[in-house]
Amino acid sequence: MTLSPGTKVRIKTMVPLGHIRTPHYLRGKTGVVERVLGPFKNPEQLAYMVPAPTRTLYRVRFEMGHIWPDAEAPQDTLDAEIYEHWIDQDAP
Amino acid sequence: MPHDHHDHLSPSGHPYRQDNDGALTYWQTMEIAIRELMIEKGELTPAQIQEQIDAMDARSPANGAAVVARAWTDPDFKKRLLENGSDAAREMGFDIGPMHLVAVENTSDTHNLIVCTLCSCYPRNLLGLPPDWYKTREYRSRAVREPRAVLREFGVELPESTTLRVHDSTADMRYIVLPARPVGTENLNAEDLAKLVTRDSMIGTGLPKAP
Amino acid sequence: MEHPERRWHDMGGDAAGPVPMDSHDFAIWEKRVDALVILGQQRGHFTVDGLRRALEDMGEQAFESMTYYERWVASLNQNLIEAGVYTLEELGTKMEEVKARGDTYGAVQS
Repeated sequence: MTLSPGTKVRIKTMVPLGHIRTPHYLRGKTGVVERVLGPFKNPEQLAYMVPAPTRTLYRVRFEMGHIWPDAEAPQDTLDAEIYEHWIDQDAP
Repeated sequence: MPHDHHDHLSPSGHPYRQDNDGALTYWQTMEIAIRELMIEKGELTPAQIQEQIDAMDARSPANGAAVVARAWTDPDFKKRLLENGSDAAREMGFDIGPMHLVAVENTSDTHNLIVCTLCSCYPRNLLGLPPDWYKTREYRSRAVREPRAVLREFGVELPESTTLRVHDSTADMRYIVLPARPVGTENLNAEDLAKLVTRDSMIGTGLPKAP
Repeated sequence: MEHPERRWHDMGGDAAGPVPMDSHDFAIWEKRVDALVILGQQRGHFTVDGLRRALEDMGEQAFESMTYYERWVASLNQNLIEAGVYTLEELGTKMEEVKARGDTYGAVQS
């Protein structure tokens, strides 16, 4: 199921060892889907030249004050591209 | 073994740069070996390699400046640019390959800043190769945590009332900032406006020049 | 290793000094590395993700001690070896052959 823009999402905290594109500083953080970018081949498989099915890629927007408690301007935002399998579907 | 450096011309007929006259390094040797092996094996031709170098050399911030100036002067184009940056760049005749370009707009109350913390993703197929500072540990580390302090180092002081949106290019998109059109430019055409658009203003670490 | 869950290249949020503003023009050998990386992908031998994977696996010491295109040519080589484009024996032999031609980059072009 594709998540709509505006949906609140939490990023998984998992830490597999290998080539991944979810930055450490966003693990476990909550943001809002800014836009749906569409299906892209999974880079975690492309990196190893193994078959890479597509995953939905989202742009997720986070508040700086949520990511960094000491942010100079907490209302500033951080957008990052997050693949669907990094979104914690069980999070409230 | 003495030899005259100046006898050696590149395949394009130009003299080699100064740094080609330094002692041959291990990595330079590897580049030559890989290139020659790929040519010998029929993977590539020397012409293909030169064409690829020429194609990258032809890309520069001027391409992005033309896109920005068009967006400042053509509201319908600006709408298309913000909806689909890749198509808008191609519409202007720029060969950006398979790049997925997203344009983010600066307004009177919003400023955008682009970074790639995991490597150094950059809209190179439009703007050419990135500046060295974009690839440094300092920029990659700090732009997401203390972006306003980083901007101050670039001479940009954002008002408290401005919302700063930082974009970490973590995956398949590449970003370009559409800067706000400078005041006092109402009478300039797109060509003259483009001259005000700097590389850094399209990354978000700078502002367009004043007219 | 204090934080094995966080790899060295994942540096967003780290403390660091002022952004160094110095820059350089690219040398022809760097442009050739860039071109070979693009063309190697177009030939289907690897992806940009594979390029990054090898760069990450080289480790932090490589990031600190090698230049950008030195790391790129090392990653290019890693990916082409894995793709079977050439063997290490072929690479080593060719590099010896190149070195024997002279002692500057300009002088050893075939």
